[in-house]
Parts: sequence; structure tokens; C-alpha cells
Amino acid sequence: MDTVFGIPGGAVLPLYHELAASGIRHILTRHEQAAAHAAEGYARATGRPGVCIATSGPGATNLVTGIADAYMDSIPIVAITGQVGVAMIGHDSFQEADITGITLPITKANYLVKNIRDLAATIHEAFYVATTGRPGPVLVDIPKDITTQRAAFHYPPKLRLPGYRSRVEPHALQVAQAAAAILAAEKPLLFIGGGVITSGAHEEVRQLAEEQDIPVIMSMMGKGAFPETHPLFIGMVGMHGTVAANYAVCETDLIIGVGVRFDDRVTGKIEAFAPRAKIIHIDIDAAEIGKVVPAHIPIVADARQALQAILARLPEKKEHPAWRQKIKVWQDEHPLRYDECGLKPQYVIEELYRLTEGRAVIATDVGQHQMWAVQYYPVERPRSFLSSCGLGTMGFGVPAAMGAAIARPGETVVAITGDGSFQMNIQELATLSHYRIPVKIILLNNGYLGMVRQWQEFFFERRYAYSEMGGNPDFVKVAEAYRLPARRVTTREEVVPALEEALATDGPYLVEALIDREENVFPMVPPGGTLNKMVTGGRQ
Amino acid sequence: MKRTLSVLVENRPGVLTRVAGLFSRRGYNIDSLAVGRTENPTISRMTIVVDGDEQIIEQVCKQLNKLIDVIKLSDITDDPHVGRELMLIKVNADPAVRGEIMQIVDIFRARIVDIARNSLIIEATGDADKIDALENSLRPFGIREVVRTGKIAMLRGAKTKGMEASGDGTGD
Amino acid sequence: MGQETKVRTGARAVMEVLQAEGVELVFGYPGGAVLPLYHELAQTSIHHILVRQEQNAVHAASGYARTSGRTGVCFATSGPGATNLVTGIATAYMDSVPVVIFTGQVPTSMVGSDAFQETDITGITIPITKHNYLVKDVEELPRIVKEAFYIASTGRPGPVLVDIPKDVALAPCQAPIPEKVELRGYKPTYHGHPGQLRALARLLKESRRPLLFAGGGVIASGAEGYLQELAEKIQAPVATSLTGLGAFPEDTPLSLGMVGLHGKPCANHAVMECDLLVGLGVRFDDRVTGAIEKFAPRARIAHVDIDPAEIGKNVRVDLPLVGDISCVLKELLALVEPAEHPEWLERIKILRNNYPLTYGRGGEVRPQWVIERLGEMTRGRAIIATDVGQHQMWAALFYGYTEPRTFISSCGLGTMGYGLPAAIGAALARPDRQVWLITGDGSLQMSMAELGTAIEQGISLKVLLFNNQSLAMVRQLQHFYYEGRYTAIKFTGNPDFVRLAECYGATGLRIAKQEEVVPALARAMQEDGITLIECLISEEEMVYPMVLNGAALNEMLLPE
Ligand SMILES: Cc1ncc(C[n+]2csc(CCOP(=O)(O)OP(=O)(O)O)c2C)c(N)n1
Ligand SMILES: Cc1ncc(C[n+]2csc(CCOP(=O)(O)OP(=O)(O)O)c2C)c(N)n1
Ligand SMILES: [Mg+2]
Ligand SMILES: [Mg+2]
Repeated sequence: MDTVFGIPGGAVLPLYHELAASGIRHILTRHEQAAAHAAEGYARATGRPGVCIATSGPGATNLVTGIADAYMDSIPIVAITGQVGVAMIGHDSFQEADITGITLPITKANYLVKNIRDLAATIHEAFYVATTGRPGPVLVDIPKDITTQRAAFHYPPKLRLPGYRSRVEPHALQVAQAAAAILAAEKPLLFIGGGVITSGAHEEVRQLAEEQDIPVIMSMMGKGAFPETHPLFIGMVGMHGTVAANYAVCETDLIIGVGVRFDDRVTGKIEAFAPRAKIIHIDIDAAEIGKVVPAHIPIVADARQALQAILARLPEKKEHPAWRQKIKVWQDEHPLRYDECGLKPQYVIEELYRLTEGRAVIATDVGQHQMWAVQYYPVERPRSFLSSCGLGTMGFGVPAAMGAAIARPGETVVAITGDGSFQMNIQELATLSHYRIPVKIILLNNGYLGMVRQWQEFFFERRYAYSEMGGNPDFVKVAEAYRLPARRVTTREEVVPALEEALATDGPYLVEALIDREENVFPMVPPGGTLNKMVTGGRQ
Repeated sequence: MKRTLSVLVENRPGVLTRVAGLFSRRGYNIDSLAVGRTENPTISRMTIVVDGDEQIIEQVCKQLNKLIDVIKLSDITDDPHVGRELMLIKVNADPAVRGEIMQIVDIFRARIVDIARNSLIIEATGDADKIDALENSLRPFGIREVVRTGKIAMLRGAKTKGMEASGDGTGD
Repeated sequence: MGQETKVRTGARAVMEVLQAEGVELVFGYPGGAVLPLYHELAQTSIHHILVRQEQNAVHAASGYARTSGRTGVCFATSGPGATNLVTGIATAYMDSVPVVIFTGQVPTSMVGSDAFQETDITGITIPITKHNYLVKDVEELPRIVKEAFYIASTGRPGPVLVDIPKDVALAPCQAPIPEKVELRGYKPTYHGHPGQLRALARLLKESRRPLLFAGGGVIASGAEGYLQELAEKIQAPVATSLTGLGAFPEDTPLSLGMVGLHGKPCANHAVMECDLLVGLGVRFDDRVTGAIEKFAPRARIAHVDIDPAEIGKNVRVDLPLVGDISCVLKELLALVEPAEHPEWLERIKILRNNYPLTYGRGGEVRPQWVIERLGEMTRGRAIIATDVGQHQMWAALFYGYTEPRTFISSCGLGTMGYGLPAAIGAALARPDRQVWLITGDGSLQMSMAELGTAIEQGISLKVLLFNNQSLAMVRQLQHFYYEGRYTAIKFTGNPDFVRLAECYGATGLRIAKQEEVVPALARAMQEDGITLIECLISEEEMVYPMVLNGAALNEMLLPE
């Protein structure tokens, strides 16, 4: 652990006192929520646990959204909160909040340390639980008087956690069944998710896809687990997935789901999801299997181990020319496209892709711009696309990018955000400025909560109830007030020079693009709809 | 000091979470908690045994009373009441010692409810002291597993701790 | 079903209850799961204030509620929208502020499946709401919403959350709005027990050095008139807690001001010397009592509160009295005889003279002095919202409050970032009043984006920002308790606040010299719209008096 993110306050001061002497780098954010997201960004970009610190009461409650976000996307973070003294707990004391009670539904585990002797072991356990098995957030709440007491430090060599099993070997019989199913399939599909990235199984996925000639689709969390420029790649599946990917799901006879949750944004109407397919579901979390879709061949195991075991049973290569051809036709007939007149967000992202040669680490916020980023910025490597997928937290982007930039110095880190999302944590411009963290912010400003407006356009009689952002500031001037260089683009021609300048400038930079205000994200499967019934481009 | 609280609550999902959360949040110790439906299907009764000094018990009662789903609470420790717990206990029982075990079971007016080749399941009801004593007596044989329900209680005589004693909160 | 029961969607039914409850504005932020409510909201005359982050929707609703005495309302979507509310809800809970919060939820069939943007918000908020509901049956919706308002605003007020799955909001609903709320588990006690009332009257009669100690409960129950009457009738001095500021006019001779770790010297001394302390709607929070075993050592303590659980929770109480402060004081006034305590009042006068509220050396612009000028120029009649930090304590000590509902601050949870949204809520509640926000550079940054909301709403608001480029309250703690090892408190990346204000279309003024203070304040008072005055102050400034951990209230550190 080299970096922590946080904000001090009374109850956590003893920790800060020691932190100052420890040599661990501390990044002072401007709001605790950003500290949690930054820790997430750090973890998502590296696979190592991110750490955030906050004081009791409001400091702790400000972490809640970040913790919930990490929980939904299975990101290992450890949140350390100060608490009022043990004797004061339960009295509604000043800045007391029952943060272990509050975070019960959104942490993998949490602890209130009531005895100094347990402290070292608890911290150890917290890191262990956060990072093993299906990772997730863990919170450790430490009363003030615990941190000021002294105790002989003994880091327990072994943890005793009878209720926790983090590693499970793939079951040989199920592995054999999976291999047989793969051999028998005529229209197989690999469906990959965040679990592939967590377990580092991307090489195995690639090997399986290439050797067995299996096309690949992904969930948003799976972005980066398979090179998107690869000929076997079809795209993201689900509400804003590609046409070909969604069609493929409707046709396939075998889905090999690896580290995916079959989230409702992916499946659409559950009864109509993959109607002809057998499903192999590989996941380290037994509770995920069969939760949403029935799995014909369940494999509870680490994705990498499971794939290795399956690969070992698939000696010869295979080809599926007819299936590939069918998909190719869909892809050719329904490429992603947009109208080229005016300043389009898709164009900005395409140019960003070109200028960074697809090698930037991208963090996004939530809204239309997030979907455009998914669609128009293909990535090649795991841990290079960071987005709030399960919780869909606006305000995630900039702080997550901050954490990523700190975790991976020397790499280009870009936050793609919208005007609504950006304002949720706009104060973090101060943190960027303070530490000169080199995050390039691309703000796609449509003056709307665009995704909400799009839903209202399609599902709520175009009654745009409170989705227009009045009172937006001049974002370029705002950045300048923080001493950050910034530039606004309003036409297509200005895009490339602005991006070039942003990328060439050391340190943080903001590019604000005033995009076509009513641009929509297509394709779109209406919520609860069937995947092959998509609304595609073009306004009537 | 152990106190037995008899609590009438709305029979709704989440009520148990609210009560349990209150105890952990405020650092009170629950000895046991048993919950089940009453004669009125919209109401459940919780019997909670808590441990703490007078001040803590007073806070427990007041804080519980504040929960909207708590309809009525009485501390029945000092009222004459029947308190019972149910225990299932699985003990090692080689044929050689079965007779001895059965004697103990008789003394405690417990029952044998399952017999396997070298173990028995015994069912016992009674107050906590009796149950503890039975458990202790069986310990030398080797206890494999114990399951206890926690205490449930009812006032003796015609008195009840039901709804009629409490006021209905109304407002407009 | 009777013909007169009309069928409408659940969302529509919610609007009906809001209108029946007289709700005129709601604060919120839309998102997928709550869109059905927004769709209907847009069809009503209820005004919606679009904030920039959901946390601030609750804070604004709370500022609105505290200023107006009415229930604040806010809307948010499921998942992150709901979790963003948590700090706001906890803040309102700790200060007993009535707010009703509506969150969208994923459809009932998906609840519990970790669906997109699903969060168990009722589970999360159990410890920080007075009550909460997950509505599973649309026919229960009208009743639940009505109950929510009733629970939030009666007894000891507090936040109530109603979580409405999307399908429930869209489903047809036949149930009418019930006439009455019937809750068998909820029945606040309003009237004082006659025996206890007589006992209290007796204690007051016997007492030679009585002290009335007023808290937020006095304001919540609108008891300030009775309090003044009682204080004058029995010639007892009145001190307040932080939440009680404004419950008793500070410009009157019987007023002592705030008690506590940063309390006024004479108020703290009075607590230590009185022989009867009557707590009225106070919690005896640890910030008030200091070392609990040394608190009010000579006094018998009477404690009046509507929440029985508060009585005896923190301090030993000789006379508990459960009831609404207004009811109790009214009943008590009929029982007490007029009295005088010349010696005690003389002693108070001496304390006041011997221990005036002063401030020591500091930088060029003294924040305490600035707030005193503001108090004079607005004659103690502005509504002051604050954030949390040193500036909060200065605002509490140096302004001089004369009316209830004019000091709007996060007292129990001490939430930085509360100030600006709360001030917006206050300004919307009382457009006839001058509203000032007193804030710090750390706190303002936590919710600064709400300047956009303020501008969009066209409200008039004055912001007095004390910029010490640091989290100076934390620095002060590090100074006294951590060997002056100043860690993580320095802000080097602070924005240029004046320019920032201008980006949003506000007026920005910067003060670096004392002689600029009064003209700047005067200009802000003249101006409509948003004016931000940035006062550059020294980070070495301290809040005095200060009672150190473990000390008694009269063992205060005072400036040299
Ligand atoms: C914290 C939070 N609140 C509300 C939502 C609901 N929501 C989803 S997308 C969206 C609009 C986002 O607007 P913006 O950031 O401007 O992006 P755009 O869609 O315009 O690209 C909203 C409000 C959310 N996801 N997160
Ligand atoms: C959300 C939150 N985080 C942390 C704290 C701990 N805390 C209390 S005061 C303070 C410093 C406030 O700084 P500022 O707003 O600049 O006020 P100042 O003390 O400098 O006047 C901090 C960090 C808090 N109260 N709330
Ligand atoms: Mg937008
Ligand atoms: Mg400051």
C-alpha cells in the first residue's frame, strides 16, 4: 500500500498523526465521496486494493456511495473510518454515525473494532477479504480511543475465517461437461465480464476464443478483457450493446459466461434471453450462478483456473465458418453509426481514440457519454476502461481517473464526463490542481441530463421534466479559476487541435465540447424489452 | 442483570432487522431473542432477554418504544410468568450408556426424538436453568450439537400483555 | 369499490398526498427509477428545485424545513441517487429535522437481485431515519405517504424515507388518501405529567440560582414565546445549546448565549454555578457537557423533552418530564409564581464582566470582528446558515441571534458542505429575509456546485467565506492534541473563489484588509442575486473559549 485518499477530522486524527510519520502518500480530496471513488479508480486500474480514510459521522456517510459502487462492481477497497470513543457509542454523540450498520448491505464485510488487541488482525483480515474470492469493499470502523491506545503489534500469521471460503477448485465433472458442450456447439458465444479481469483470465479467454473459433461479447465490466479490435470480437451486449452482439445472443446455442452477472441491463427481458442456448456459467461466487438465468453447466471457480481446466480438455482446434459469417453480415449491416453534421460526441471520442492510439486509460461518468465512450473507444488491455457499471454513479469519473493516474504514472488518463456528472464532484478540480495530477477531462456538454432526457423522449411522452441543466457555469472559466488549462470547442474543426493540446500539455487539462444537445445513444433496447428489438439511430 | 422483555410488534418484513440493528448500534447485549406470530396475524411477539444495568435496560426500553413498528413493550421479569425455552441436543450414545442417558432424560422430563446407531437427539423444554442443567448433565457423554430457541414467556393467570392495554396512536 | 374512488397511477397518488399536505416545493435529481414520479410532478403546481448532487437535495430540504417550520421534501433515483442522500439524511436525523424523502427503486420483481442501480436503501437508512418504508403494494402508497408526513413532523421530528419501486409508481392505484393516520405503535406524549409539572414548579420555587437551558426542541415546538415569558416571570437567565441559538433573544439581559466546549464564558460558568438546571429540548450532547462527571456539579437537573429516550441518556436527571416544550411551558407558567433572584443575576453580571467574549491576536482581518459587524448591520435579524469548522463556531458566538429559525447549521453530525444547500433552502422558504451563508474554504468546496442551483432559482443569497487555505478546525485540534503536527489540512490547490463565483454569474468580492469589511458587507446587503465575499484570514486563528478533553466547562482556554 503506497497511497491513501481521504480527509481528516476529529475522530480519525490519531490515524492521521501516525500516517504523517509513515511515509505512505496521502491525497487530500475535497469531498470524502471522491476519496472513495479515487480508491476505486486506483484498484480498478491496478488490481491492488485502494484505501480511503474518513472521519466519523459525515465523513463516514460521505463514503457510502463510493462503497456501494465498489460493491456492485466487485472492486477491492478498504475504507477506514474514525468513530467516536467506545464509551460514547450508542449515545448519538457528536459526529456519531452507525457506519457499520449503514454499510451492512453494501460491504463484503465490515468491522467495528472495540478492542485494541484486535486491531492489527482486523486490518489484516480486511485486506484479505477485500482482495480474495470475489473482491469487494470492506470497512473498518475504529473508535478514537482505540487508535490512541498502545498495543504490542502482532500481525497474525494466519487468519481464522471459518465462514469464508475464497478459493474453490473447478469441479472436474462440470469441466468435462463444459468442454463437451463447447465441442458440440455450432453457434457458441463467449460472454465475458469483470470477473475475467479480476482473475487475470484474459489470456485464457483469448486462447479459448481463438482455438475454438468462438466469437466474443462482453458486458460493460468486461471491457478490456478481450481486444476489441480482434476479428472475433462482436461488441457489448445489452441495452446499449451492438446489434450484432444482441442478435448473436438471440441465436446462439451455447453461451460461455465467464465472470458475468447476467445483469438486467444485459439480458433485457429475461424470458427472451438467449432462448436457444445452453449456458455455461463460470463464476467464483456461487450465489451468482442461477440467480438470474438458469445455468445448465455451473462452474464455481476462479475464472482463470476454470478456463485452464477447460482448455486442457479441448485438444483440437475448431472452426465455425457459418456462424462467423452470419455474425459478419450483421456487423456489416448494422455498424455503429451517427449523423455527421454538427459537433457530435461520437466524433470527439473517435478522434480521442485516434490521437491516443487506443492506449489511454479511460474513466467515464454515467449517462449518454458513458455509452458513447464504450462504443467509440475500443480498448485492448484489461484495466484500461474504468466505469461505474453496476451502480451507475454519476460523479465517479473524475475522482476515479485521479486514482488511476496516481496508480499508473506516466500513462495517459482521460476522464470522459457529462455536464451533469461533472458537477457532482467538480470540487476535485482542486485536488487535480493541488497535486498536478495529469488527468485529461473531456466534458461532453449537452446542457441536459442527457440520458434522462433520452428516456423521457422515448418512454415519457417527451415531457422533459427537470432534465435540463439551467445555471450551468462557464466550465472553462471554472477550470481556470482552479488554475487548470482549459479549452472549449464548439465546431468539428476545433476538436482535434484541442485534443492535441490537451494531450501535449503536462498535468491536468479540460476540454469542453458543446455537443449536439439532443443526440441519442443507439442502439437501445427499451428496459425489459427483448434484445433483438432495438431502436436504432435516426430521429423521425 | 438479565431482563425479559415482551414486545408486540407489527408483523411486517424488516421489523426484526430494525430491532436487531438497534441493539448492535447502541451496543446493547441480547442474550436471546425469539419471535413468532400472535393470536392476531398482523402482530408478532418478540421475547427478548437482555443483559445490562438499570440505566441500559431503561434506554433499551425507551429506544425500542421509539420504533414505529413496536406497538407495546413490557418488562415482565418481575411479573409472575411462565418462561420456556426449547432445546434440541444431539449426544453420543453408545448402547452401553443409553440407559444412563434415558434416566437423565426422564429426570428432566425431556424426550428422545431420534435414535441413530450411536447418538440420540433429545428434546427438552423448560426455563433456562433447567435447560442449562440438562445440557451439563449430558456433557460427559459428549455433545455433538445443540440448538436452542431462546426464551418465550407468558404472564401467569388471566392477565395478558396484549393490545388492549395499550393506546392506539392516532392523528390527522 | 365505490364509484367515487378514482383510479390513477401510484405516482399520481403520491402527488395528491403532497398537495394535500400543502407541499409547495421539492428538491431533487431525476434518474431512471424515479422518472414516473417526475413525470407526474411536472403536471402539478409544485415547484421543483434541481440540485447538482442528491446530498444537497436533502440539505436544502432541511434548510427549508428549519427556516419555515414545515416539512422538507426531496426526490432521488435508486442506487447512487439514494446513497448520495445518506449524509443528508443522517444530518437531518441528528438535528431532528422533518424531511420526507422519496427514492425510486428498481421494479419489485428485481428487488434483491443486485439489479442495475439497485441499493437496499431502506436497510442502509434504518439507523438514520425516524422510520422508513419500502412500498410493495400500490394500494398502500397513499396511506404510507400520509403516514410519512405525519411521522416526520410530529413528536420529535426527523427524516422519513419512502422507497417506491418503479412498477409500483406506474401501477393503477384505487386507494383513497386516508382521512386519519392510525399508528398503533406511535403516540407521542405532548402534555406534561401533572405531578411532574408540580414538582418542577416546586424546584423552581426553591431554587436560588436557576438556569434555563434551551435547545433545538424549543424551536421545533415553537415555544420561544413561553420561554421568554417564563424567564422573565421567574427572572432566570437562559443559556442555549448550538441548536438552540435563536430560541431566546441574545440582545436581552437574561440571555447568556451558547454553552459548551466552545461556549460563551459566562454561560459555561453559569452552568457550573447554578443550583437548578432546567434542560428544555436539549440532548446534553458531549459537545455541551464536557467531562460529564464534572457537569453542573451543584445543580439539580430537570429535563423536559418530547423524546423519553433522551431523558437520562447522558446526564443524571433529578426530574424527568416528558412532553412537548410548548405544552409543558404553558402548563408550567400557570403553576409558577413570579420570582426574583437578585444575587444570582448580580453574580451573572460579574461573570459577564470578568469573562467577556474576546478574541486574541490574529491576522489583518479578524473573522470574529467581521461577524460582529454583520450582526450589527443586520441587527441580528438575518437568517444565518453555516458550514462546519471554525467559522461555524464564530458564527455561533459572535452574531447575536434574536429570533428562532435564524441559525441554520449542522450541529449534531457536523456535516461540512451543509451550508450552501441549506442556505438555498432557507432563501426559498423566506424570500422576505436576508439570508447569509457563513462558510469556510474546506466546507464550501464540498457543495460549491450548488451555486449553479442558486443562480438558476434566482434567489438572493450572500456568502461570507472565511478562507484560511486550510481545514483550520482540524488544524486547531492538531495544535492542541497532536503536538502541532499539521497533517493533511493545508489546501494548496484552492480555486480563486472570486473568479469561481463569477463563472456562475455571482458577484465576487475579496477582502484582505479590515477597512474593506464594512463597505463589502454593505454592498452585499444592497445587492440582489448572489454575492460572495471572500475574507482572507490567517490559518493560525483559533476558536476561543475552548474546553479541553476531560476538563470542566469552566476550565476554558481563553485568548491571551
Ligand atoms: C448520482 C446519480 N444520480 C442520478 C442518476 C440518474 N442518471 C443517469 S444518467 C443521468 C444523466 C447524466 O447526465 P450527464 O452527466 O450530463 O450525461 P449525459 O447523459 O448528458 O451525457 C442521470 C441523472 C445517476 N446515474 N447517478
Ligand atoms: C464531511 C466532513 N468531513 C470532515 C469533517 C471534519 N472536519 C471538521 S471541521 C473541518 C475543517 C473545516 O474546514 P473549513 O470549512 O475550511 O473551515 P475552517 O475550520 O477552516 O473555518 C473538518 C475537516 C467534517 N466535519 N465533515
Ligand atoms: Mg449532459
Ligand atoms: Mg478553512
